[in-house]
Amino acid sequence: MSNRITKEQVEHVASLAKLELSEKQLPYFTEQLSNIMGLFESFEEVDTSNIEPTFNVTDQINTMREDVADNWNEKEALLQNAPDVADDLIRTPTIIDESED
Amino acid sequence: MNFLDKSIADIHTALVNGDITAEQLTVEAIQNAKENEDKISAFITINEEQAIAEAKKIDEAGIDSNNLLSGIPVALKDNLLTKDILTTAGSKMLYNFKPIIDATVVQKLNKLGAISIGKTNMDEFAMGGSTETSAMKITKNPWNLSKVPGGSSGGSAAAVAAGDVLSALGSDTGGSIRQPAAFNGIVGMKPTYGRVSRWGLIAFASSFDQVGPLTRNVYDNALVLNAISGRDEHDMTSSDQEVPDFTKDIKAGVKGMKIGLPKEYLGEGIDEEVKQAILKAADIYRKLGAEVEEVSLPHNKYGVAAYYIIAPSEASSNLQRFDGIRYGYRAKDAKNLEKLYVKSRSEGFGDEVKRRIMLGTYSLSAGSYDAYFKKAAEIRTLIINDFKKVFKDYDLIMTPTTPTPAFGIGEENDDPLTMYMNDALTIPANMAGLPGMSVPAGFSKDGMPIGMQLLARHFDETSIYKAGYAFEQNTDFHKQTPKMGGAK
Repeated sequence: MSNRITKEQVEHVASLAKLELSEKQLPYFTEQLSNIMGLFESFEEVDTSNIEPTFNVTDQINTMREDVADNWNEKEALLQNAPDVADDLIRTPTIIDESED
Repeated sequence: MNFLDKSIADIHTALVNGDITAEQLTVEAIQNAKENEDKISAFITINEEQAIAEAKKIDEAGIDSNNLLSGIPVALKDNLLTKDILTTAGSKMLYNFKPIIDATVVQKLNKLGAISIGKTNMDEFAMGGSTETSAMKITKNPWNLSKVPGGSSGGSAAAVAAGDVLSALGSDTGGSIRQPAAFNGIVGMKPTYGRVSRWGLIAFASSFDQVGPLTRNVYDNALVLNAISGRDEHDMTSSDQEVPDFTKDIKAGVKGMKIGLPKEYLGEGIDEEVKQAILKAADIYRKLGAEVEEVSLPHNKYGVAAYYIIAPSEASSNLQRFDGIRYGYRAKDAKNLEKLYVKSRSEGFGDEVKRRIMLGTYSLSAGSYDAYFKKAAEIRTLIINDFKKVFKDYDLIMTPTTPTPAFGIGEENDDPLTMYMNDALTIPANMAGLPGMSVPAGFSKDGMPIGMQLLARHFDETSIYKAGYAFEQNTDFHKQTPKMGGAK
């Protein structure tokens, strides 16, 4: 099979995207991504010198609005969506826990 | 009550005449939708209480005889934010998420008195073409329960095709309204980029995403697009172009219209029955007085490849916000913040979403940016130029919506690449930001619907509706109803 991307590269990309892949998933995703990347080989046929890239297709340029603060007063409803709350604040684990890894 | 043989205008008349109240209508629609759920599983959430309460309010205020949407049951794709109503985007990541706002399109429908009876199933974060990547359930095609409804707006399309609602909203990033509309024998419009506000649509690929209506007929579709269009200060890319009444000239016919038939859309990979249906449609347009001629869009064949770089790149950025901190799924037993992010995302996202996040992250990374992301963006320009050239001389482009009719559930699950090719004919319109609509154009021998896609210049949905309406009035494909059979 083709290897347009290696297991090591997939592992690196996953870590950049804050994902982890199990030992079983890594070869599975590597093969699929490699197959998908076969699509991109057709790009070699296309000469794009002197062609500007397009990043968006909106007809709006520089939309301005007043820069004013707005309070929606939705603290309670927002906190209801939070997985862990203490004293009206969202609780997370400690940022650095040296006992782990 | 099911809505299989009724239009929005029919139901509106019944409401105005007092033949039925909005409350009765809502109760019956929900009852019917619940019965159909056993077969098609179109809904993630049915909003029974809220819907009936809203309908009662409409009855108390009285049906406005000038507002066709007052009291009309609709459904919403589950990536549209609905205040206090579960909004999952088909993902475990948002399994318990209740937004604090309504999306702009939802606010607009609510204001006109449309009654949302529920949130429809979809591919996870709209990434997929079969609704099978949903973490919630597998939706079935009402025409044959062993086939997929298409995707990613598969629940919305199935709900409309089965007669649960008169209209449902979907979103279309690479064909996610038009492809399921084609697979379900209904009408689905992806408006011009900027025509409809994206505020409150859970973002997938922001330079492609548009919200649009799915309906059983063309006129109803135009009515719903009237309701949701227009500039919104919350969406900087929404256009301040004037919104015409899309129903106004809808009956004007196609006489004198110039329609291009791109040869690349009828070649390799296109099912013979699909091709024949489109050639027959071209003959119908000729008989109605339009000029139909072969045209060429030579760079469209690179659309899928360019799309699967640009869309995942935008997605990898948009989906960074799902981190397990403020809302949605949080992994248990994470001892530090880094682990919390990684575990929540790894457990909360499904495989297709992970594939696209990784593909996008790779395309944007330092060593690949020029060869992948930039090159794809340049090819996007070439695709746009192809369209510009054709639209100098032609009012519309007609194509098949999909290369084949609906495929079987589970058939393409393990092969992302085959699944991606289903979007080959719909992606170019998203690349260029053009409006596109699928209308019913035939059936395969085994009874599955075939869709025709109509594309027009930016902000010229009017021409699409005219041509779609003329075609519909001269064919009877839209009058067929699904049998809900074919289950194993």
